[in-house]
Amino acid sequence: MRKELRLTVNGQPYELYVKPKTLLVEVLRNNLGLTGTKRSCESSSCGVCTVILNGMAVKSCSILALQADGAEITTVEGLANDGKLHPLQRAFLDYGAYQCGFCTAGMLTSAKALLDENTKPTEEQIREAIDGNICRCTGYNSIIRAMTAVMNGEYKEEK
Amino acid sequence: MSDQYAVIGKSHIKVDGHAKVTGSAKYTFDMVLPNMLYGKILRSPHPHAKILKIDTSLAEKMIGVKAIVTGKDTLGHKNGPWRRFPELCDEEILCREKVRYIGDPVAAVAAVDEDTAEAAIDLIDVEYELLQAVFDPLEAMKEGAPKLHEHAERNINVTRRIEWGDVNEAFEKCDYILEDQFHTSSQAHLCMETHGAIADFGYDGKLTVWTSTQSNYYIQVLLAGMLGMREGDVRVIKPPSGGGFGSKFELDSAQFCSALLSQKLRRPVKIILTREEEFTATKRKTPMYYYVKVGAQKNGTLLAKEVRVVTEGGAYTAMGSTALYLTGFYSCMPYKWAHYRYDGYRVYTNTAPTSALRGFGAPQAYFAGESMIDMLAAEMKMDSIEIRRKNAVTPHYEVPGQAYIQSCGLNECYDAIEKYMKGRWKLPPNRGIGIGNYAFMSGGIFNWFNTPYAFSAAMVKINIDGKVDLFTGACDTGQGSDTTLAMICAEELGVHLEDIRVHAEDTDLGPADLGSWGSRETLMNGNAVKMAAADAKRQLLEFAYAKMKPNVVYDLDIKDHKIYMVDRPERYVSYFDIVSDVIRAKEGQTIIGRGHYTPHRKGMVSPAWSFGVQAVEVEVDPETGKVKLIEIVTAHDCGQVINPIGVLGQVEGATMLAAGGAFCEDQPMDNGKILNPSIGDYKVLRSVDMPKTVGIEVDTYEPEGPFGAKEAGEGLTSSTAGAMANAVYNAVSVRIRDLPITPGKVLKALKEKKEKGKKEK
Repeated sequence: MRKELRLTVNGQPYELYVKPKTLLVEVLRNNLGLTGTKRSCESSSCGVCTVILNGMAVKSCSILALQADGAEITTVEGLANDGKLHPLQRAFLDYGAYQCGFCTAGMLTSAKALLDENTKPTEEQIREAIDGNICRCTGYNSIIRAMTAVMNGEYKEEK
Repeated sequence: MSDQYAVIGKSHIKVDGHAKVTGSAKYTFDMVLPNMLYGKILRSPHPHAKILKIDTSLAEKMIGVKAIVTGKDTLGHKNGPWRRFPELCDEEILCREKVRYIGDPVAAVAAVDEDTAEAAIDLIDVEYELLQAVFDPLEAMKEGAPKLHEHAERNINVTRRIEWGDVNEAFEKCDYILEDQFHTSSQAHLCMETHGAIADFGYDGKLTVWTSTQSNYYIQVLLAGMLGMREGDVRVIKPPSGGGFGSKFELDSAQFCSALLSQKLRRPVKIILTREEEFTATKRKTPMYYYVKVGAQKNGTLLAKEVRVVTEGGAYTAMGSTALYLTGFYSCMPYKWAHYRYDGYRVYTNTAPTSALRGFGAPQAYFAGESMIDMLAAEMKMDSIEIRRKNAVTPHYEVPGQAYIQSCGLNECYDAIEKYMKGRWKLPPNRGIGIGNYAFMSGGIFNWFNTPYAFSAAMVKINIDGKVDLFTGACDTGQGSDTTLAMICAEELGVHLEDIRVHAEDTDLGPADLGSWGSRETLMNGNAVKMAAADAKRQLLEFAYAKMKPNVVYDLDIKDHKIYMVDRPERYVSYFDIVSDVIRAKEGQTIIGRGHYTPHRKGMVSPAWSFGVQAVEVEVDPETGKVKLIEIVTAHDCGQVINPIGVLGQVEGATMLAAGGAFCEDQPMDNGKILNPSIGDYKVLRSVDMPKTVGIEVDTYEPEGPFGAKEAGEGLTSSTAGAMANAVYNAVSVRIRDLPITPGKVLKALKEKKEKGKKEK
């Protein structure tokens, strides 16, 4: 039995039919082909599948697609605008805030959700915002520096 | 120093950066091929058992199941990276008669989707006869212990001895002698992308495998061997890879089973290991029992050291035999022991096989070794930096019969750390700073794999528009080798980084190369790339020389797209014009440069050595035993830095991985069953746990390396555990000899110390 699901992903409205047990991450990756969002742990504890759902960073493996009915979702593919990178993406590049890149989509979306909500977070709040995202390569501090640089306005939105 | 260079020594955004921050990088995990099937692997639930019967009939009847393979479908070959020693090639991957650990593969299914494949493996009925199992290497080496492999008496898999001088006699001359025992724990690599492969066996008899690997070449050769194919009929392609850390340069079950299924079906088959399989059935860090005896003279000279190590091998050899050798060598470093003896035993156990994890035996060696040096310094009432500095290896030192050191910046590293320590002179109670130092290889000299090819090779192709294709066999798993090598190529050729396109992903395109492990890339691949670029450059310069007709006392070079007279840089011709002329002169052929590197006359271990000294500051809560990391400062010598932002990433990443291993990561077992096979249960350092990290680079020039560069990144995992144990001791005066340093162990030690104090009163 498939059910109707309507959602908006990266500004694009979609209407599809999914099985009730389908996870949001499965819809994003398998139905919409948005493979920038990854999966890794199968236990909602690594954060590589993080997306922004109605302004909040959520682990897309931990919610059913149907729970996201009507939601507005941003994935890593939706951060750049008309070929222009988002300030966080540019900062991640400059500060070397990625290595293998498998956690990067989750890091960027967690970071964006924080900075959209709180324009002046403390370092502690920045660290807490990505506490649910495991990175096995960087040691996190370069990610913290990149986020701090964006918070400090070192990277303006490119028009 | 780096001003003399146009490209290297300055931070560059990595060549794969844009793909990674936009989500457009396509990993093996993301790939889907037309007509592709999905595979799952059935694994042994028993640590040691005979396979009596495998009944696949029910599973075969399931709708959607396309093929099932078991050990009977294989050629029965045994696999392993130590190909020079056939008895060490001991892993069938799909077991035929016997399983040796919980997780050993027994069957694999290909089906239309993952759910069907998963359901099908549940329907396979395997009849086992349970055998007695043994889990601890010290038990496994006893007479009468259950035997894992017929050929291995007392389960002893490999033994190693390294020796020089006369240790027994030298101890007689020592004023101070200390002996002690240590134990190091297991650690999971925890690559964010689990092991996975897509195999596509065509009707033309050729196999293509896309896989997340550290060595295309190893996988090509090992797969060909296991499938009875010619190497050239196996093509291995590495898409962007979600981490390696030493776990991805041996043939794994996803690669082999997908290839076997695809061979049977002539359809692409994808197998991605689950996180639980990744924890329980891929290789892991080698746990080691360490016995150490050190002797020193009154004047502070470290004279003799004896080390005995027993490593928990798990069920198969893997690269664990290399770890056994390296931990023995690293145990002598970085000091000038006049007398040294190491005896190492790798022992088979009914546990998941152990192998390489970033550091390759070094973190274990330096945990025991650096703990001992601090204990000895305390006994001798010497400063912990002073004792190290006095005995540390220096430039042009030969480790007797083993290794030759050219560049060595250890002394400058001590200066930097000493300066830092002085700035932190007064610590609050329960805080301590501990130090540790290390030496690490820039690629190994050993060739147990028995490759007939050069260790590294590269090819440079210059096209009509001046764009450069660089072909290399180094595998970038995030450490940044694509960028490092592109920078070396651009520097040598005198072009911009943007002119280089790196092709490092395909055995059909690139030359054979051992790949990315043992810190090979910067020095070994770098040398091959530099040589290839120089070969191509020579072809340009010859033509430019003829065109510019300078007096022979002048020579030419290329910088910033200008081919110029070195002593009269105002006289130049355009790189682009010369490229176009040379191609015309070569009857339209593109310009190709070739390069290769194999170390010669550089001892037995490595052609160059990197060094570092690390200070770890901790705070211990005496009520709970909890250790908090405050700051980690690393002064290190990696020769000429190629990409500073990349090196910083290596310093910080290595520190985190090593601190995690020392601090919280462990794989406790019950009768061979790993008890925490999920990220929820396996504790790692997260952003909130990560302390401030400072990296200080010491400037040296390594004559053996490209532009003076050497290893940066793996060695940096070496000193953290020892430094942390020393820091805990300096904070609360308890010595932890068993990793990881958990609150429970600290609390127990504090309690014992208190009771001992009471008794003495």
